[in-house]
Amino acid sequence: MSVLVWVEHDNASVKDATLAAVTAAGKLGEVVALVAGQGAQGAADAAAKIAGVSKVLLADDAAYGHALAENVAPLIAELMSGYDAFVAPATTTGKNIAPRVAALLDVMQVSEVLSVESADTFTRPIYAGNAIATVKSSDAKKVLTIRGTAFDKAAAEGGSASVETISGKGDTGLSSFVGAEIAKSERPELTSAKIIVSGGRALGSGEQFHALIDPLADKLGAAVGASRAAVDAGYAPNDYQVGQTGKIVAPEVYIAVGISGAIQHLAGMKDSKVIIAINKDEDAPIFQVADVGLVGDLFKIVPELTEKL
Amino acid sequence: MKVLVPVKRVLDYNVKPRVKADGTGVDLANVKMSMNPFDEIAVEEAIRLKEKGVASEIVVVSIGEQKAQETLRTALAMGADRAILIVSEDKVEPLGVAKLLAKVAEAEQPGLVILGKQAIDDDNNQTGQMLGALLGWGQGTFASKVEVSGDSVEVTREVDGGLETVKLKTPAIVTTDLRLNEPRYASLPNIMKAKSKPMEQKTPADYGVDVTPRLSIVKVEEPAKRQAGVKVADVDELIGKLKTLGVVA
Repeated sequence: MSVLVWVEHDNASVKDATLAAVTAAGKLGEVVALVAGQGAQGAADAAAKIAGVSKVLLADDAAYGHALAENVAPLIAELMSGYDAFVAPATTTGKNIAPRVAALLDVMQVSEVLSVESADTFTRPIYAGNAIATVKSSDAKKVLTIRGTAFDKAAAEGGSASVETISGKGDTGLSSFVGAEIAKSERPELTSAKIIVSGGRALGSGEQFHALIDPLADKLGAAVGASRAAVDAGYAPNDYQVGQTGKIVAPEVYIAVGISGAIQHLAGMKDSKVIIAINKDEDAPIFQVADVGLVGDLFKIVPELTEKL
Repeated sequence: MKVLVPVKRVLDYNVKPRVKADGTGVDLANVKMSMNPFDEIAVEEAIRLKEKGVASEIVVVSIGEQKAQETLRTALAMGADRAILIVSEDKVEPLGVAKLLAKVAEAEQPGLVILGKQAIDDDNNQTGQMLGALLGWGQGTFASKVEVSGDSVEVTREVDGGLETVKLKTPAIVTTDLRLNEPRYASLPNIMKAKSKPMEQKTPADYGVDVTPRLSIVKVEEPAKRQAGVKVADVDELIGKLKTLGVVA
């Protein structure tokens, strides 16, 4: 079986999410990595070094510059005549592109795969992670998105694949990129951070969120996350949101501050290795999943914790 | 322009799902069902486009069992103009739904199709993108802002790391993210009025679409339970725990 893997990159380097997708794809067969972009030679070279990648395809064209699904999906669908499966990480880019590829191939996609049971059988979470479904695909070609936190990352160094340049039909003229506003952060990226400090609505305001959560995160070298309630209340930006409708994380340590632990939120973090909860309500659902819980006033506890660390 | 809004009837988001003992699925007998929250946002956005004079008519469509009528009535009560119910007592997968919606779109000729980004039962996040592919239209997924001008639409998308704006030629597909808007409640008079709004009933066979599932469910299980944790009394004890976990030196 040969598998085409979507490489998520910033032209110069490969993003971590790709490494987990390579591991998942390796369970199915021979892995060929696709780098689509504009000026993406650096990313192709980096992809060639990933352990387990046998070949890299580089589609370098202005049309692929911002990974617009309208342009990229036909390229992939055409390439798929030579592959048995297409695997993308379940990032916003992967989720945007893969279903478009699946429909062009007339196959059903399997989203957010947690494990590969066999060549056609996979597990995936449903109902916000409250149930795990094992599904078997009857389609000739498989299209999968991979939940990055469910697979080990392939080694970024050690491989020596060849890079082959390919071309596709290019711009379909359906869409164009206007601009991007990327949130600047000195801290580690949320989905790949080892430690995450997350704040909820109990923080009370944006000022208090930043005054309490940020210093604690900085002390621990952690990324900062937030519950949907905190984001909706405007205490933290959208891309901080951890949950079913935000980011799915599984760090080594997740510190939930002033977060009650709604189903929606738990879906995004309950696979963390260690969960620590600080909440004044001892009946808060978060304590049912927390390994270590501290009941008390976060406005006293968090500054004290930050100072003593 | 006409706006088409597909809506799905799902287990209410406040209900904790229970996995059936025989492992065939989640128990949906006698539990509260509601409109998928992302679809409420889609209906709301369509109504706002109508209030701005951009949309001329809002057609809502649902694919599912007869009871999905209730979901369509909710959308009509919010402000949609008419509804189409495609009745299927069997579950239809995103690919089948997208194929049916493509047929509806061909018949209705909307300028925009606004869908939720994902349904909170199957968590697939596929239908909008698949519909875009089948129709050959542009797609603005995970939208937090939608601006229609002339024959194009600018969609601000929530992506990992921030926001991205794309411009699509209409007709186009938009899928909604949470922050696009806050859906309105249907008022009692509007709920009464919605009862007399037109609702057409169809079947997948009327559209000549084969909706046979491609995926079969082998089993559905509860996720692994976490071990019960411990509570600590104060910050010093918490730091002690962090030390034993190797988080801090």
